[in-house]
Amino acid sequence: MPKKFGKRGVIWTAMLILLCLIGAFAYYRQLRYGLVVTHMGDYVSWGIYISNFVFFVAISLVGSLVTAIFRLGNIHWSTPLTRIAEIIAVSAILFASFIIIVDMGRPERLVNLFIHGRIQSPIMWDVIVISTYLVISLLLLYLPLLPDLKILNEQKEKNMGWWNKVYLFLGGFWKGNARQERINQKAVLILSILIIPVAFCIHTVTSWLFATTYRPGWDSTNFGAYFVSGAFLVGAGAVVIAMYIFRKIYHLEQYITEVHFDQMGRVLVLLALLYLYFNMNEYLVPAFKMKKAEEAHLVTLFTGDFAPMFWFSLLAGLVIPAIIMLFKQGRKPLPMFILGIMVVVGAWFKRYLIVTPTLLHPFLPMHDSPDRFRHYFPSWEEWAIAIGSLAGVLLIITFFVRIFPIIPIQETIVEQNATPEK
Amino acid sequence: MQKKDTSRRDFLLSGLLTGAGLAAGCSGKTAFTPGNAEQVIPSGEKVKLLSIDGEVVEVDKAFLKPVPDIPYPLSNGEERVGMPGKKFVMVIDLSRCKNLKKCQSACNHMHHVHPGQNWLKIYAMQDAEHTAPYWQPTTCMHCDEPPCVKVCPVDATFKRQDGIVLIDSDRCVGCRFCMAACPYSTRVFNWEKPALPEEIAGRDYSCETSVPQKKGTVGKCDFCPDMVRKGELPHCVTACPNGVFFFGDINEDVVTNGAETFRFSDLVRDKAGYRLMEDLGTKPSVYYLPPVNRNFKFEEGLKTEEQKTNA
Repeated sequence: MPKKFGKRGVIWTAMLILLCLIGAFAYYRQLRYGLVVTHMGDYVSWGIYISNFVFFVAISLVGSLVTAIFRLGNIHWSTPLTRIAEIIAVSAILFASFIIIVDMGRPERLVNLFIHGRIQSPIMWDVIVISTYLVISLLLLYLPLLPDLKILNEQKEKNMGWWNKVYLFLGGFWKGNARQERINQKAVLILSILIIPVAFCIHTVTSWLFATTYRPGWDSTNFGAYFVSGAFLVGAGAVVIAMYIFRKIYHLEQYITEVHFDQMGRVLVLLALLYLYFNMNEYLVPAFKMKKAEEAHLVTLFTGDFAPMFWFSLLAGLVIPAIIMLFKQGRKPLPMFILGIMVVVGAWFKRYLIVTPTLLHPFLPMHDSPDRFRHYFPSWEEWAIAIGSLAGVLLIITFFVRIFPIIPIQETIVEQNATPEK
Repeated sequence: MQKKDTSRRDFLLSGLLTGAGLAAGCSGKTAFTPGNAEQVIPSGEKVKLLSIDGEVVEVDKAFLKPVPDIPYPLSNGEERVGMPGKKFVMVIDLSRCKNLKKCQSACNHMHHVHPGQNWLKIYAMQDAEHTAPYWQPTTCMHCDEPPCVKVCPVDATFKRQDGIVLIDSDRCVGCRFCMAACPYSTRVFNWEKPALPEEIAGRDYSCETSVPQKKGTVGKCDFCPDMVRKGELPHCVTACPNGVFFFGDINEDVVTNGAETFRFSDLVRDKAGYRLMEDLGTKPSVYYLPPVNRNFKFEEGLKTEEQKTNA
């Protein structure tokens, strides 16, 4: 199963590593000179680091959607997609925790969260639920991998060199007997149930980092549901992109079929409509009243400086893909791939729009502070770190796919054997 | 017989004294103050003092005992508890402000605030299209329901029993959640290494002086508890030549700007004092007196700014 990189693979991986290194260099500069290398200021005190963090947390929710919600809903077509979803979830949540450390003014004091932690602070809630989600996601990645590791261990000659030792270390104890199977299945079932409330928690709590403040645009009771629905949409979009790429590169047409794209298209339409519903609540209800504090914020979004980005993320990232996917032709692999990219890119900008414009509209006017604090556009260091972290997520996925089977072999065999009986 | 007795008593007494002297010598010289310190020679220089009854009395300067400075540094624990029995409050009289910014420069100077940033801001406010503009200085509101303290993950910003909200820059992790939470935009962040004189930068941080500021942590107005401990007023209060700022203790029901002293409850009642953004429920400790019967026109505030830039 594991393959050596082809020429394209080498270029792709080298590019990702390069982006990561540039990001690492930018972070070195930030550690040395302080957060002054960013273009954040006393008003926009959270920038693309935080919007990127929200994006990562959002995208990681898909692990629970595909693995848990579909599994519990007795939806079987998604079985070949579970591992794709789960590795996206694990790598995204890893980098979410990393980017939040990058945003800290004193990262070396991270230990204070454990020495002096205050459970009353929403940040502590986020620390707790994100680490819980990471552990459950890792287990949901690992446990279904065990039967596949057995298959890998049985075919040593096909594998490359020392990876056999890794497979043996990870799955050597797995005999695949009835007792082990039973324990494993039970564990996966329990975790699948557990991960749903935890998944809702990670994104609801992340939304509360904003909603627990008084600021216009954040002070919303709609925020939890708004964030969770948006997260499922972007996560599903990411899975579609990954499906298309793996199918193409690893020739998995047999396993990831057009039916899968068709089904994911339907799911995406449903999620997009749900997200649209919460968007309407989020923007139209305050816009109807136009309270003074909200007005400045909403006007910059609808017709002001952020209007192009706002309408792009809403139309290109949500409305247009949903309309196209209503048609059967729109749910073919290639259009789905393009629409998936639109959804994910739109979602990234959407997170930026949630974080930044609000901070530019404080209750008291922006005054008696340096001019550079009155507007915000990320510095090259911020871009480098944000892009580096995105590259890091892709790098983890790339390496994982090279080392482990991306389609759950055992589960898919079981699934395919079971289907004709129905 | 009698003589013998006294000599014997003398002997015992002197023996005891030497013993005590020896003990004092062992335990350190500060244990005993020299007896002759009580014998004060009047210098002839008189000082006027206010007695507890409110009467002015004249006392010879030589009789005044110097009050020892509060021993700094206080422990972090003491700084976090605050001064028992006190509840500090500020009253800002908007009818007296003409945007002179002496408060701001004094604050910046005494706290070594990084150039360009300000803990004390003076806003040109106009509430609605046809209402009169006015100058509004803002400090930290030292809220009784502080949103910043609520969200801090590490108890780096905290509320003391005397009502003051402070920051422990040795503990702050720099997440800036408090800045997002504060509706009064009062908090500033040390984005880079703060520009400090070397002898200041080398000091141990004190929550009460908020000095020295540290890179990657949050800073803000602290109500100058170090000055209050010395029995002095915060720097902005003493720096303002127009007496805009009144500082005091709500338990004693008294506020002063140095020149005038008022009963807090009377002042706020008679002049219809109010607090900023009352609807948010933050319960600030800073009260404002509305800009009526003003000492200066609003435009004078603009003029001084122009003059400053011309000079």
